[in-house]
Amino acid sequence: MRNVTTLERSAGRHALRGIALVYLVAVLVGPLALVFGRTFEDGVAPAWNALTTPETLHAFRLTLVVTAIAVPLNTVFGVVCGLLIVRHRFSGKGFLNAFVDLPLALSPVVVGLSLFLLYGREGWFGAWLERHDVQVLFALPGMVLATLFVSLPFVCREVVPTLREIGDEQEQAARTLGANGLQTLRRITLPAIRWAIVYGVVLTAARCLGEYGAVAIVSGRVQGQTETATLRVDERYDSFDLRGAYAISLVLALLAVLVLIAMTVFQRREETA
Amino acid sequence: MTAVDVASRAPAQGLRGERATALSLGVVVGYLSVVVALPMAALVSASAADGWSGFREVVTSPQATAALQLSFGAALAVALVNGLIGTLIAWVLVRDEFRGKRLVDAVIDLPFALPTIVAGLVLLALYGPASPVGVDVAFTRTAVVLALLFVTLPFVVRTVQPVLRELDREMEEAARSLGASGLATFRRIVLPNILPGILSGVALAFARAIGEIGALVVISGSLPFRTEVASVYVLARIESGDQAGAAAVAVVLLAVSFLVILGIGAVRRLTTRHEAAVRP
Repeated sequence: MRNVTTLERSAGRHALRGIALVYLVAVLVGPLALVFGRTFEDGVAPAWNALTTPETLHAFRLTLVVTAIAVPLNTVFGVVCGLLIVRHRFSGKGFLNAFVDLPLALSPVVVGLSLFLLYGREGWFGAWLERHDVQVLFALPGMVLATLFVSLPFVCREVVPTLREIGDEQEQAARTLGANGLQTLRRITLPAIRWAIVYGVVLTAARCLGEYGAVAIVSGRVQGQTETATLRVDERYDSFDLRGAYAISLVLALLAVLVLIAMTVFQRREETA
Repeated sequence: MTAVDVASRAPAQGLRGERATALSLGVVVGYLSVVVALPMAALVSASAADGWSGFREVVTSPQATAALQLSFGAALAVALVNGLIGTLIAWVLVRDEFRGKRLVDAVIDLPFALPTIVAGLVLLALYGPASPVGVDVAFTRTAVVLALLFVTLPFVVRTVQPVLRELDREMEEAARSLGASGLATFRRIVLPNILPGILSGVALAFARAIGEIGALVVISGSLPFRTEVASVYVLARIESGDQAGAAAVAVVLLAVSFLVILGIGAVRRLTTRHEAAVRP
């Protein structure tokens, strides 16, 4: 009797495992493996040539520049915002929470359009910007603003649960022993939440590197000027250069895999910390 | 430190605490205003520029309606599929043991890390005109759903997995020993516990699916009335210089996002209250 049930259970378990793995291969792993194969169909040289055109190199560089500006800003914001939500009392906290979460649920296209309506020629700041000759749209500032918006919540969302978990006993002890607010932050709080911050930074960076919809609208997509790597993939596909599109995609996918490895490593650190 | 110092410290600290609150509140609100709130306000005001009738005219135009319907329908389907398959995958990852499980666990996050435009291109390679497996769904509604399934895969898995891991298995064993079948145990014991997780995952997947653009531009073909989703419609309106039309549909998307966020917040508050009531 017992044997029958364990047999039944293991059959059921294998069926579930089978469904899960088949789904993952069909939706996730299979397509990626295929693109890898197609990129190197004719060897490494054509793929390398597709990657090293001046426009493509510029696109990668621009993506890195935007990421390098957006990640530190959103990291500082995320930590300050996390501390504010967990450690301070004020009214309107629910409202603040909703605002921080909004980018997670909002279409990047809506973000791009909003910036367009704010900084565009007919937008709220359009006339002022034109008079002072400040270029926001179709230039780096607009692209950074779009990227800041879409990658805003990640650090804050990682920091908040960790702050809750560690409690504030150590911080209070430090304060009682005469440490001031900044010292407490630097010596007690930040070290305790460092892996959560790092994990959030990795997520933020991944989002910045991969942003497409919002940047597509505010950048103007000028080749060699305001075209990021993801926009370059689109442009190559539209020009029927599939190998070029695949090669850039593969580099971005490689970055994604690095992000995954970092996530796995830091998540484990966070759990054991 | 003298006794006077210690005595005066407590109220001074309270004051300093207030100042710290005010300072960080100022920084956070200022930053959020520039990055999030101001653009949103510009959007809402642009959509209201032609009044309510103007707004309604745009949103109920045949092409906009078709795009919104497709977005809502596809997002709903994708959210439901994720509710089922995401829960199943989370279950396998927590309760099953097999070789390579850690690798599978890491791969789940791939759609979070992979640029969405790459996701679309990659799916087109396998399920497009040059498909090696003979499945060509490119530029159809099936392709829209497929792309959305790809980008929303992690949501339910990642919200259900931690709850399932923390779940006390003694209750399940008790139910089994009292004669409940595997299915009954799952429905009566496990499901009520992981349901809030499933719901927030489903809601996030829905919001993500309704706003997705990167994965869809390549594989959907953006054919009006057939495969054009709301976000692609907004993009097309902007590119043809019709900002009012774009803003009207964008505001609908914004409203949906806000509702989803508020819904998730409500689920979270309900469960924490429930937990507080159960644990004295």
